[in-house]
Amino acid sequence: MDYTLLFVQVLNGVQLGLLLFLVASGLTLVFGILDFVNLAHGSIYMVGAFIGASLTFYLGNFLLAVLIALPITGLVGYAIERLVARNLYDKDHLDHVLGTFGLILVLNTSAHLIWGPEGIAVPLPAWLDGQVELFEGAVIPTYRLLIIATGLGVAAGLFWLVNYTRLGMLIRAGASNRTMVSALGIDIQSLFALVFALGAMLAGLAGMLISPITEASIGMGGQIIITTFVVIIVGGIGSMKGAFIAAILIGLIDTLGRAFLGDLFELVMNADAAQTAAPAVSAMMIYILMAAVLAVRPQGLFPPKVR
Amino acid sequence: MGKLTRTGFITVLVMVALAVLPPMFLWSGQAFYMDLATRLVILAIAAVSLNLILGFGGLVSFGHAAFIGLGAYAAGIPSYHATWGGFEAIATYNGLFQIALAVGISALYALVTGAIALRTKGVYFIMITMAFGQMAYYFFLSLDIYGGDDGLTIDVRSELPGINLDNPLSLYLLAYVSLVVAMVIKFLIVNSRFGMVLQGAKGNPERMVTLGYNIYLYRLVAYVISGAMAGYAGFLLGNFTTFISPDMLDWTRSGELMFMVILGGAATIVGPVLGASVFILLEEILSSYTIFWQLPFGLMLIGVVLFIRGGLMGFFKGKGD
Repeated sequence: MDYTLLFVQVLNGVQLGLLLFLVASGLTLVFGILDFVNLAHGSIYMVGAFIGASLTFYLGNFLLAVLIALPITGLVGYAIERLVARNLYDKDHLDHVLGTFGLILVLNTSAHLIWGPEGIAVPLPAWLDGQVELFEGAVIPTYRLLIIATGLGVAAGLFWLVNYTRLGMLIRAGASNRTMVSALGIDIQSLFALVFALGAMLAGLAGMLISPITEASIGMGGQIIITTFVVIIVGGIGSMKGAFIAAILIGLIDTLGRAFLGDLFELVMNADAAQTAAPAVSAMMIYILMAAVLAVRPQGLFPPKVR
Repeated sequence: MGKLTRTGFITVLVMVALAVLPPMFLWSGQAFYMDLATRLVILAIAAVSLNLILGFGGLVSFGHAAFIGLGAYAAGIPSYHATWGGFEAIATYNGLFQIALAVGISALYALVTGAIALRTKGVYFIMITMAFGQMAYYFFLSLDIYGGDDGLTIDVRSELPGINLDNPLSLYLLAYVSLVVAMVIKFLIVNSRFGMVLQGAKGNPERMVTLGYNIYLYRLVAYVISGAMAGYAGFLLGNFTTFISPDMLDWTRSGELMFMVILGGAATIVGPVLGASVFILLEEILSSYTIFWQLPFGLMLIGVVLFIRGGLMGFFKGKGD
């Protein structure tokens, strides 16, 4: 076994996991407090990526573009909450799903109208575009380290926000009992809008971070939303801790599966069969994990205490 | 038998229109509309099957496109091997075998995924069915021998005794008769003791459990029936398009099917057919005007969710229904 390759792939897995966490945290936050299923969360991730890409070309500086694109994406989230989501809270989950499915069509087509059908590749500044050799043979793109650092930083910030601030206290209280929080004189509508905008910013950040690696494209939201669902199902819907652990777990399983499953299969079957079977099986691994977790714990690994 | 209710009237109207109009299009040389009608009727079968669990069972299943895809590949893969060799066990153009395979595989996939998904409820159920649907999508996406992302072309359509599927009219009539049969089957199921338990479990699961019913089992059986029916629709769809790709299984296809059901009116027999008709026609009309047709389409979807209760059938329903 090549341990250097394993190390590099583990880092890749952690990086994917942290990006998944950024998307999943917003979704689980919104669901926890609003009991609202937002299929369009992936489209907000896409909108964030496109706004970031446009600003990068306009300003010529990727990091500055991200800093400005973040509040803009938050505003987009706020507008979505005001115009659509707010009217759906009182309805059942089926209506949430259909309404936000309509929202996906609207957002994706709008992106198509504004940015065109092609994806946009986002250039990195020179100092981020290189590679770092962590130790003998382990060469990592600098930018991937930045993603990992940002992801960990945001995760820590969220943990602090939810557990040690007044806003976090309100979020937790709102998740346990909305009516009571509102009865205590808290403007629950504004709190909802704020949480929604925060979730949008987190998803947008993930979109902006991934776009220099892949590119900003219209299909990107539809791809990530299902994986994000798997993350929050495995973690327990509404649980921040669960989302973090499940995101890292799924990032690792997906990356390592794609990298090593073929070699593993070759130990027990012939090379041809292994190379045919491995991609198909590794594509399904995270779903198999989800099924296994649910068979044992239908509420996920860390179900929140309420609900 | 009393007077024809409004629901009954609409059912007759929709079904007669679907029986009469498409052949007329064909004879007047408008083959394009015949194609449209065929797609419409096939998707209506899938919508009818989804409505059994969504409308009558209250189970918001978001992975129905997977069954259609499995059914389509069950027609395409045997045909592929019959043409190009290999995998002798299933290589055949025999339509009856392919139908059995389509229905069998879909039912099996519904049984396995349903057994897990039905342990959960509410939003978990929505997301899990969605994830299982996407699992099938990625499975076919990574199967390079059957074209993977590029899809699989069916060179030879299924051979059925007495029916030539290469003839558009025969294919349409088969799809139409299948739709009628699917509706009759669903009508019988819904009005049986089994169907009553299923609907009772939708309204008040605790009560049904207290009455001694194992609602998990009832729901699982309904889920399997629904999946098998959608698999059959997939078999027809594969034979209609003669081209299968993982795109048929994508979760957005499942969303569209759900929308057809809700648009027409969940928990009605003819609602999904009406919903599929309006959906396909609107899609066709809007997309002929602009490539950005999904924008007004999406806004309309949001509007339907916000303002129309009970779908189109709820709109038309009279007091006597």
